[in-house]
Amino acid sequence: MIDLKINGTSRQVDVAPDMPLLWVIRDELGLTGTKYGCGMALCGACTVHLDGVAIRSCVTPVSAVAGKKITTIEGLSADGSHPLQKAWVEHQVPQCGYCQSGQIMQAASLLATTPKPNDADIDTAMAGNVCRCGTYPRIRAAIHAAAGQGA
Amino acid sequence: MATPVMPVTRRDFVKAGAVAGAGLSLGFTLTGCGRRVEEAVTDASTPPVFLPNAFVRIGEDGHVTIVAKHIEMGQGSYTGLATLAAEELDADWTLVRVEGAPADASKYNNLAFGPMQGTGGSSAMANSYMQMRTAGATARAMLVAAAAAEWKVDAAGLTTANGVVTDPASGKRANYGALAAKAATLPVPENVPLKDPATFKLIGKVAPRIDMKAKSTGKAVFTQDFSLPEMLTAVVAHPPRFGAKVKRFDATAAKAIPGVQDVVQIPNGVAVLAKGFYAAKQGRDALTIEWDESESYTKSSDDIMADYRALAEKPGAVAKRVGNAERALAGAKTAVRATYQFPFLAHASMEPLNCVVKLGTDSCEIWNGEQFQTPDQFALAQVTGLKPEQIKLNMLYAGGSFGRRANPHADYLVEAVTIAQAIKGRVPVKLVWTREDDMQAGYYRPMYLHSIRGAVDASGMLAAWHHRVVGQSIMAGSPMAGMIQNGIDPTSVEGASDMPYTVPHLQVELHSTVLPIPIQWWRSVGHTHTAFAVQCFLDELAAAAGKDPIDFRRALLTNSPRLLGVLNVAAEKAGWGTPLPEGHARGVAVHESFNSFVAEVAEVSIVGGKPKVHRVVCAVDCGVAINPDNIKAQMEGGIAYGLGAALHGAITLKGGKVQQSNFDKYQPLRIDEMPVVEVYIVPSTEMPTGVGEPGTPPIAPAVANALFKLTGKPVRALPIVL
Repeated sequence: MIDLKINGTSRQVDVAPDMPLLWVIRDELGLTGTKYGCGMALCGACTVHLDGVAIRSCVTPVSAVAGKKITTIEGLSADGSHPLQKAWVEHQVPQCGYCQSGQIMQAASLLATTPKPNDADIDTAMAGNVCRCGTYPRIRAAIHAAAGQGA
Repeated sequence: MATPVMPVTRRDFVKAGAVAGAGLSLGFTLTGCGRRVEEAVTDASTPPVFLPNAFVRIGEDGHVTIVAKHIEMGQGSYTGLATLAAEELDADWTLVRVEGAPADASKYNNLAFGPMQGTGGSSAMANSYMQMRTAGATARAMLVAAAAAEWKVDAAGLTTANGVVTDPASGKRANYGALAAKAATLPVPENVPLKDPATFKLIGKVAPRIDMKAKSTGKAVFTQDFSLPEMLTAVVAHPPRFGAKVKRFDATAAKAIPGVQDVVQIPNGVAVLAKGFYAAKQGRDALTIEWDESESYTKSSDDIMADYRALAEKPGAVAKRVGNAERALAGAKTAVRATYQFPFLAHASMEPLNCVVKLGTDSCEIWNGEQFQTPDQFALAQVTGLKPEQIKLNMLYAGGSFGRRANPHADYLVEAVTIAQAIKGRVPVKLVWTREDDMQAGYYRPMYLHSIRGAVDASGMLAAWHHRVVGQSIMAGSPMAGMIQNGIDPTSVEGASDMPYTVPHLQVELHSTVLPIPIQWWRSVGHTHTAFAVQCFLDELAAAAGKDPIDFRRALLTNSPRLLGVLNVAAEKAGWGTPLPEGHARGVAVHESFNSFVAEVAEVSIVGGKPKVHRVVCAVDCGVAINPDNIKAQMEGGIAYGLGAALHGAITLKGGKVQQSNFDKYQPLRIDEMPVVEVYIVPSTEMPTGVGEPGTPPIAPAVANALFKLTGKPVRALPIVL
């Protein structure tokens, strides 16, 4: 049994220690907001927070995160009221939407360390998150908007 | 209810479509079985009681449900379809939600395709514009009639707005929910008049997308997120080369993985079924398979291109002939010759392909990012022995598609069903392809070679253009193979054979090659390569004539006012001809696809030996702009998709093996490569046309033409290598 602290609750999972956190989150805990995109930390669709910092859950063994604070998109806010989520809606960012949980989690991690990022900060922090629909201009705009609200 | 007109063979789809697609008809019915894809985020509401047609339902709580016949894969179709109906219905937009339609071509066919349900060709808004408005207007008329009967007044004196019927004379008001049950008892009127576009409140205005909150909170349900009780996840070992087959396999190690429950051979490999993805993938990776490679394809991309070069020297089937291009070129003083090369491209949607299948003794139910209902029903009917209408398809959100989920052979659906059959339908199966499976399974945008010769006359006008295209036919062997006439697959030459430029001598020829590499349409289909070849060659000719690229095009587009219109807007807004920073240059491309007109001007420099695109100015004329913000989003996205391919995109074969398997070697565009994009929509009262694809074709040639200006060396192959 591995103890996980996820989205403010404690959960125990009976899985192999090398199982990637992504599949624990999705298949064991039923939190499907975090997505599978590449399995190799190349696309960022699986981004969650580990003690507040963005990580790629698809290459993170569950044993490495035991006892640490994990936050998924479902735990970012109770009702979609995080400034980034509101900015995402306001700027109509998503298209297909599949990558957007990862984008928002990555952006939240950026704002935690860089509350007022410029375009270059955003491009550097977000370059690991792929969006095939090409919502990048709106991602930039929404991050700036959320930063203005003091996310 | 009308009997569905189902064609007998795949080939008949298009023939039948030519007849049936001519008229609009509302599939009136009082039954509906749409399936909500967003249950987790829609608030509880009463079931609809008023179902005036196949597209509109209204509950006593006032919620309006629009049934969407087109998949939402990012292009905004759910919002667009709802906008059309809600406009005529005078609905309260905050009470509008959308459900995906079931597979039933008798009600939900694409009017642009004929008797066939499916989404593609940027046709969703174009084919639904009158249909969805009529559906909304009809529902509104019945709600008004219900109020008139209730209040014993003339319906003509009543008004509607924001989901409420008002009698200005008495001041009485009733919301749609209160009128729904009564309206349901009234006859469905015919020929209900539609609004004067001048009175539109939603069309052309701001209608926020229906799916934004669900997609910003992780609650939108994609196939990857869907599960059924007892469901097993299947991961498949596919052949290492196209044409290889399983000779024998050993599943001992796979079965030893905890969670693995079954290993089965299927026509396209070996499937491992397990509880959850991770165990299934571990099991798949633990398989030992001996492949029969006697029929494997073993050529490399370089071999294919060499074959294409040789073919390009020979005459092909004639797609277009005006005047005598050969003779004109022979006598021309200023002749230019160029070849343009295009690689295979993978769609690489963010959601790797997947679907869920539940097989019964006489039933087959699928949950899928379902884009191509009628062909999928036919393909799965053949595999299962069921009738097409027994194949139940539930349409979930797709995490992108760019054409891939409209597979002419229902490839991944068939694979899932064969797995379910192999376990005798014991439990539901979720087939999940890894990124590697998705990227290596084929169904690529084909490789092409274009060989062009052209000439300009002494006044700088086009004198002759001779153009040969070499590559696989996308339509051959597909349900739309009937489109191939006289050896010409129109999707191989669209954008070239119908080029709008004034030229007295034009010949476009095609060599359709046959290779065992599965191929498919990719966002904007033939225009992905024809726009590049035509637009880059125009710049080469302009240079030969000593003309400015935009002046050169303007002089040749006098018979194409809408193309000229977007060209002029893009040129003006981009500041064409005004000074740029040192080392920067602008390039232009203008192209019609899917009846929409797009011009793009790209500002480019070279940084560290690589192209850097700073700014793209895009002008689009897509007829009536149903949702301006979504049109902008689609242009931004279309530019990003095309730019990614222009800078990086190539699937290559070596010894028959696909060399790319993930985003490390098949690089997508990333945010740090995304230019600033400005979109200008040219006002129009023409019928609305597509926006999902038309933004893509002009970007690669616009960037290439800027690089040509910067370096003096034309770009003649994609992806761009300086």
